[in-house]
Amino acid sequence: MKTLKFFLIFFLLMGFSQLKSDEKNKEFKNKILKNIRCLICQGQSVYDSESDFASSIKLIVDKKINEGSEEEEIYEFLREKYGDWIIYDPKLNKNTYILWLLPLLLFLLGGAIMYKKISIKNNE
Amino acid sequence: MKNKFRLFVIIVFLSFCFSIFYKGLDNSNIYAPKIKDKKNIPIFEAKDFNSSAYLSSEKIFKEDIFYIVNIWASWCVPCRKEHHLLMELSKNQSIKLIGLNYKDNIKNAKKFINELGNPYSQILIDNDGTLGIEFGAYGVPETFLIDKNKKIINKFVGPINHDILKKIKLIIK
Repeated sequence: MKTLKFFLIFFLLMGFSQLKSDEKNKEFKNKILKNIRCLICQGQSVYDSESDFASSIKLIVDKKINEGSEEEEIYEFLREKYGDWIIYDPKLNKNTYILWLLPLLLFLLGGAIMYKKISIKNNE
Repeated sequence: MKNKFRLFVIIVFLSFCFSIFYKGLDNSNIYAPKIKDKKNIPIFEAKDFNSSAYLSSEKIFKEDIFYIVNIWASWCVPCRKEHHLLMELSKNQSIKLIGLNYKDNIKNAKKFINELGNPYSQILIDNDGTLGIEFGAYGVPETFLIDKNKKIINKFVGPINHDILKKIKLIIK
């Protein structure tokens, strides 16, 4: 009876750990799919879309994950096929540097204006 | 005076918008992404439409000629529209057409080919659309022009028309 109990608990635990790893895989896959733009839809990610294009991309991502590809490798594969536009999070390169630097420049400019105004007020 | 000026600004703004939208009406609705660098054809294995045997990309593109890869399906209405142009292109000796049957029912696909003719030297089955993704396809129909060095040199999204056909003929001359 004791052995039976032991095996029952052992198998239940095994089952839970399997479930947990499945969930982890699903989370990882969803994270990637949410960062891929559905190129034929309007303002939807591949995760949100049910289009033919999106369902094929989902299969490809699934296949790549099963083959053991890393997140960045999957993005690189898609970038090579469709260009930077397919990934929501753009890489810093000569086409996107304005996109990355503009907020920083605006932040600095805003800071400078504020600093000037405050220093003028203090002088008064 | 102020009101007149305001009216003038509104009229100028509306005419500006109108001219932009009017110009947009004439734009071709065929989207052809620019290919910056010529890409190599993907390495893949695909099921043959007639024999159901698996063929490698090396075997499919083995000849030293131009190739067209055309993605089609029997359920796709624009494919029907472009089919006669593909038939015309298939008469050209310096090019071979490879068909990629996209997410289709094989019975319907065979009916389509029997009805409209077969321009393809080989038809491959792409049941889940992943082969299309390997080529960088958006949907169906879509056509890729591959040169003798096995590089994709042009990509046409949507059905091909007479202008595209002319362009292809000029390149493969």
